Amino acid sequence: MAVPSSEALRQTPLHDRHAEAGAKLVPFAGWEMPVQYGGVREEHLAVREACGIFDVSHMGEIETSGPEALRVLQRLLSNDVGGVAVGGAQYSVLCRDDGGVLDDLFTYRLGPDRYLTVTNAANHEKDLAWFRDHAGGFDADVQDAHDRYAMMAVQGPRAREIVQAISDAPLPLRMTAATRLLAGREALVCGTGYTGEDGVELLCSPADAGPLWDELLRRGAAPAGLGARDTLRLEVCFHLYGNDLMEERGPIEAGLGWCSKEDTGFIGSDAVRAARQAGPTEKLVPFTLTGPGIARQGNAIAGGGEVTSGTLSPSLGIGIGMAYLPAGRSEAGTEFEIDVRGKPRGAVVASKPLYRKEHDG
Amino acid sequence: MADASYPEDLLYHPEHDWVRIDGDTATFGITWFAQDALGEVVFFDPPEVGTSVTKDESYAEVESVKAVSDVIAPLSGEIVEVNTGLGDRPEVINDDPYGEGWMVKVKLSDPGETDALLDQAAYASTLS
Repeated sequence: MAVPSSEALRQTPLHDRHAEAGAKLVPFAGWEMPVQYGGVREEHLAVREACGIFDVSHMGEIETSGPEALRVLQRLLSNDVGGVAVGGAQYSVLCRDDGGVLDDLFTYRLGPDRYLTVTNAANHEKDLAWFRDHAGGFDADVQDAHDRYAMMAVQGPRAREIVQAISDAPLPLRMTAATRLLAGREALVCGTGYTGEDGVELLCSPADAGPLWDELLRRGAAPAGLGARDTLRLEVCFHLYGNDLMEERGPIEAGLGWCSKEDTGFIGSDAVRAARQAGPTEKLVPFTLTGPGIARQGNAIAGGGEVTSGTLSPSLGIGIGMAYLPAGRSEAGTEFEIDVRGKPRGAVVASKPLYRKEHDG
Repeated sequence: MADASYPEDLLYHPEHDWVRIDGDTATFGITWFAQDALGEVVFFDPPEVGTSVTKDESYAEVESVKAVSDVIAPLSGEIVEVNTGLGDRPEVINDDPYGEGWMVKVKLSDPGETDALLDQAAYASTLS
């Protein structure tokens, strides 16, 4: 999203630490965020091999509470929120009436009638307005909780061990969340992340973010920027809103049918059901390039379709990406050609994920 | 990554290219500033030998993990050699931008164009 230069960029509670560390700071969705500290490749590999820590405090939070909080969220979110136990986490999309995707979100159930939903920074205000517009008539309260939280993602094979060492109790398992004291400071520890590695995400008060960040760095977490966050998520085919997800396309086309439970009657469920029954005309698929080059967002595909994300995979050393292709040509193994700024580049539809740890088989 | 440097024996184009003149041929590359702004270079797509290049126009693309950038020709002429070594090791553009990271050698069609280039002091002053 382009931000007018006259508009002041927002800064996270960790901003000064990033600047002192020599991070390259760039405008991102209205925030001044570190894209890299030393180098994207090095930070990427640190997460794959050991432990990286990301400041993701630009991401927003919406708290929905009250006796009908569940009913509100069931109406808004594509997944079956009723299936989430207290302390559980769930991924879903937020759809328009026509099924177009407004955002993709993680929701944590903090208590019987209390949920926290994490939004993409660029969509936070839009999501908040959408939540409020549709909560009217329900006995539930929707609050903007963005200012109450700083957020960090600690990711990699060593992430849990590093965070566990400063925790007062065992860390919550994958896809669950719990409040813990970390080095004496209260944080919501979530067994989630967006890198394809094990790890946790931490939500804490903005005042505690700096000391926690320092402590985790001291214990071996390497600061990693949004550049590495993007290459890590793309290697494991996690969607990025604004690239792979957009209002003009629905969850079925995006391959997110697994988190769309039309029977819950969420807004857009009729359109999503129709798309599922008819079969999508195009599908989001992962691909690898068969030769040199790097495809990028917006590159056209011969015969129809477009690249929505593309980069050079630091783990694999080849061009990878995701693209919407006509459904008839979206099977794994199908070869196609991408127009990369006037040069035809060969590509092949791959299977998810593009990167898999060797010991995972 | 190497420290910031702008050798005095080179000429510079404001689009962050350097030129080493050797008679009627010249070697082109990108400056320390350009490689630093790009970040780690992961791909260099060279033009072919025999291609004409025009001053101030793009003749190649260089890519970092995050972005692709055009490389601007500081002078006009015909490409007589390309640095094929960059195919396997594009990162030398970061490590040694004025040495192993050179991009192309060009037979100049109008040596008088060099008058429009900047010397080291003039180029460095554009960066501050």
